[in-house]
Amino acid sequence: MMAISRIHIPRRVLIFTICLVAIVVILFLLELVGISTKEVANGALFVMTPLTLAAVGECINEKAGLVNIGLEGIFLLTAIFGVYGAVHLGSGVAGLLVGSLVGALIGFIFGIISVYGRANQVVAGMGINVFGGGMLLFIMMTLWHATSYEVRPEFMISKISTPLGLLSPIIFVAIAIAILLHFILHRTFLGIKIRAAGEKPEAVDVGGKRVDHIRMFTCILGGALASLSKAFFSLGWLGTVVKDISAGRGFIALACVVFAGLEPLLALAAAFIFGFAESLAFTVMSLPAAHSFPFLAYFLKMVPYIVPLVVVSIFVGRRAFPKASGKPYIRE
Amino acid sequence: MILYVPRAILSYLRGNMRPLVESAFAVLVGLIIGGLILLVLHYSPIDGYISMLKGFGIFINQRSFGPKELAYALAFATPYMLTALTFAVGMRAGLFNIGAEGQMYLGGAAAAWVAGHFALPAGFHVFAVTIIAMLAGALWAFIPAILKIRRGVHEVISAIMLNWIAYHLVMYLAIYHLSGQYSHLTAAALPTARYPVISGTLTAVIFIAIAVCIAVYIFLWRLYPGYELRLVGDNPDAARYAGISISRAILLSCIIGGLAAGLAGASLAIRPTNWGFNATLGDFVGYGFVGIGVALVGRNHPIGIIPSAIFFGGLTNSGRYLESDLGVSSELVGGIQGVIIIAMALPLLVLLLSRLRRKAK
Repeated sequence: MMAISRIHIPRRVLIFTICLVAIVVILFLLELVGISTKEVANGALFVMTPLTLAAVGECINEKAGLVNIGLEGIFLLTAIFGVYGAVHLGSGVAGLLVGSLVGALIGFIFGIISVYGRANQVVAGMGINVFGGGMLLFIMMTLWHATSYEVRPEFMISKISTPLGLLSPIIFVAIAIAILLHFILHRTFLGIKIRAAGEKPEAVDVGGKRVDHIRMFTCILGGALASLSKAFFSLGWLGTVVKDISAGRGFIALACVVFAGLEPLLALAAAFIFGFAESLAFTVMSLPAAHSFPFLAYFLKMVPYIVPLVVVSIFVGRRAFPKASGKPYIRE
Repeated sequence: MILYVPRAILSYLRGNMRPLVESAFAVLVGLIIGGLILLVLHYSPIDGYISMLKGFGIFINQRSFGPKELAYALAFATPYMLTALTFAVGMRAGLFNIGAEGQMYLGGAAAAWVAGHFALPAGFHVFAVTIIAMLAGALWAFIPAILKIRRGVHEVISAIMLNWIAYHLVMYLAIYHLSGQYSHLTAAALPTARYPVISGTLTAVIFIAIAVCIAVYIFLWRLYPGYELRLVGDNPDAARYAGISISRAILLSCIIGGLAAGLAGASLAIRPTNWGFNATLGDFVGYGFVGIGVALVGRNHPIGIIPSAIFFGGLTNSGRYLESDLGVSSELVGGIQGVIIIAMALPLLVLLLSRLRRKAK
């Protein structure tokens, strides 16, 4: 008896376990109805990847005390630069690298603004979003004179075949990054520094470490990961850049971060849950039976937004963020 | 109500000029970066600025003034003013309320519904359209408010999710329930439901918008609930200590914001030349987010928002001159607006500026 009572499961982990079990049950029911579960799971992994990459970057960012809500803007800008790089350098991997370099640059600028400029981070992040929305179309019109662009298949990152159908290798990279960041955050000295910079920057300063350097590092990392996410979106998955390529996914990633309580591994699980919901809605949309009710498509398109909203409202509630989160650190 | 206008302007300008300097500086940074982008793409920034001035009706080369152009700028300014009000009232209560976009869609849909599908007596019809649109906006604003109060859901996440839900919902409504003669357009507003046209796409709603701004100013600075709302935003601890209900202030600020955003939707849905909106929602998209920039440049002050909205309206209007004169995509204006927002977030810029000035002395 004693041994059992000593095992402590955090409430959040319990919630995630329930959600994942629910997904397995839903998958089982789908198989009974006759919908291909393989397809749903495959789609869920694809939707999960960009969300995971952006969400784990943001987790690290927020752990260090910076709130970057400009993910959407980073998505928009880097999708286009990633595709441009891929087309000009002639390979999808090069495009990913160009995209993440641009993302790192935006992260760097955001870091300069919020760490050294002591800006209101939420306002600055929103500014990045508005800037990205305008510049995406501007750059697309300047480069291609069109509001949509198809990437030729030779510039795409090739997919590999697995038991779950064709999957992009980036999916496994994203999962590995989430695990790696969890390890860094909880098992290394760097992780302690990052967490301390968010909880108590004064202590980091007294300990002789630079709060600004840590925060700049996480900012650049967060930007690079967010941009990798969108470069994957255009180069590894859909093969297009269009006006509303992001469609609020930057904010869904933020919902993942909030749902996961800033833990990279839980963010991975959250991204899978949201991805599963979106994939399921998409599969239902493409069923032959759904074609006789075309109005249903509008409601199924709402699912990717309704699920995060409902999940965050039911499960999260008031929780403690790192104490210095969102505040500039001013040395005395 | 008219008597309040000079007092309101005075209160905005009284004492320090720093807010004005900060706003002007942010706008300057935005325009300079816009010019730099033009320079990088081998266009002449000077030509770009001349085209931008045309958006305000100022034709430098012809040495003439085009009131029609100014009317277009004001037509853009009308919804900006109202969506900015949504954000500003939120900021005054300490909320980052970016839900204006979705509330605006709903307001527009409600306006198109009442205007195109009900035959009501002249005079009352316009009134009914306006009120129903505002209520629809407020209804949508109620959701993030209640989620914030009851469950502590951050308003940025709930507002964005609701914006996208509203986007698909209104698209569905436009196609299946509101469409009239053409399937891609909502039914045109009946003549009794149309706002009087001033010039081009500018309708009399601009007067309602200005009146709403003044009313919100009076509410925030002259009435007790408004004082409570501002106190919650400035210092929630002090407000709680003084026994002020924070939940009520949050709810109030969201509802006022929703009413304003709903009216913005009505102003966009009921206007020439279609008197209805396109089912792609192209008539609405973006106005809510530009409102954030408008509110920030207007220092989240209901009266400051009015000139700021006119500036942003002119800037948006100048997009088509950038396109026709220079051949640059009009979307550059969106980029400039983003830079202005980023620059408004930087308190240090102005601090550095004043420090430099002191050194020069």
